[in-house]
Amino acid sequence: MSIVAPGTPVPEFRLRRDDGRRFTQDDIAGQTTVFVFYPFAFSPICTDQLNLYEEVLDQLTAEGATLYGVSCDAIWSQRAFKEKLGITIEQLSDFEPKGATCRAFGVYHEKGGMPQRALVMVGPDGVVQWSYEAPNPGELPGANLIFDALAAR
Amino acid sequence: MSDLGSAPLPPLAPDDHVLGPAARPPLVVYADYECPYCAVLHARLVAQGASWVFRHFPVRSKHPRAWAAAAAAEAAGLQGRFLAMHEALYGDQGRLEDPHLWERAERLVLDVARFDADRRSEPVLARIRRDFESGIRAGVVTTPTLFENGLKRPGM
Repeated sequence: MSIVAPGTPVPEFRLRRDDGRRFTQDDIAGQTTVFVFYPFAFSPICTDQLNLYEEVLDQLTAEGATLYGVSCDAIWSQRAFKEKLGITIEQLSDFEPKGATCRAFGVYHEKGGMPQRALVMVGPDGVVQWSYEAPNPGELPGANLIFDALAAR
Repeated sequence: MSDLGSAPLPPLAPDDHVLGPAARPPLVVYADYECPYCAVLHARLVAQGASWVFRHFPVRSKHPRAWAAAAAAEAAGLQGRFLAMHEALYGDQGRLEDPHLWERAERLVLDVARFDADRRSEPVLARIRRDFESGIRAGVVTTPTLFENGLKRPGM
């Protein structure tokens, strides 16, 4: 399985917001979206990653990007994770059917039952502009990579 | 174009904080004052007699008092006591609330009113932001991160 490549239309997907509402490709039309796929809520690297991106969220927003965290955790776990970290980055759940969206994006880690640590940027036209998969789930992609991708649009 | 895209580590600036005996050390450390691993690294570097450049990398949601502590160190620096405040902060990371910062300022015989105004001032915050943003561009993701001759040293 390889991560969805730049230039391809974003696959159809169904996630859930932390209030239980559906979140699909229709919800990202017209905006530059960065999906932050992360393995597990409350795991140490994922904690550092979301904390770091939260610290530069104003600059990312100023660049016109909207960030979402995506994992296979249930909405309740994601909500608790977000509250514990004190972050504002919206979390989207790929809990049931588990990993279906992650598979569609080519970032599901079959053996681990979790998303790979990956970033996917989708343009306002629904086309993938940039994607990045960390060499291993323990490696945290720097925020500079997102800014590079935004600058290259 | 964003100014937070990838860029090499900035060279030593005249107002960088150089700790230890060497004037131009090859080590650069990105750290914050609320991070326990940073305190351990600080103690190790001191014990080794090392020299290094210290740059701020506070991440609010991870360490809620890291920005305030960095600002306290910079404000003390404006009265010539950066290193003393730096060590006082690492010496007692459990006490980083405002009264604890004032207490340290008094202990270091700073002009406390000036210290308190300076630590909230735009130049001080901009100085911390400069360090933080240079770290972001160089790919710093967590604290402490140590660079040697401009290259990130793994395992830190």
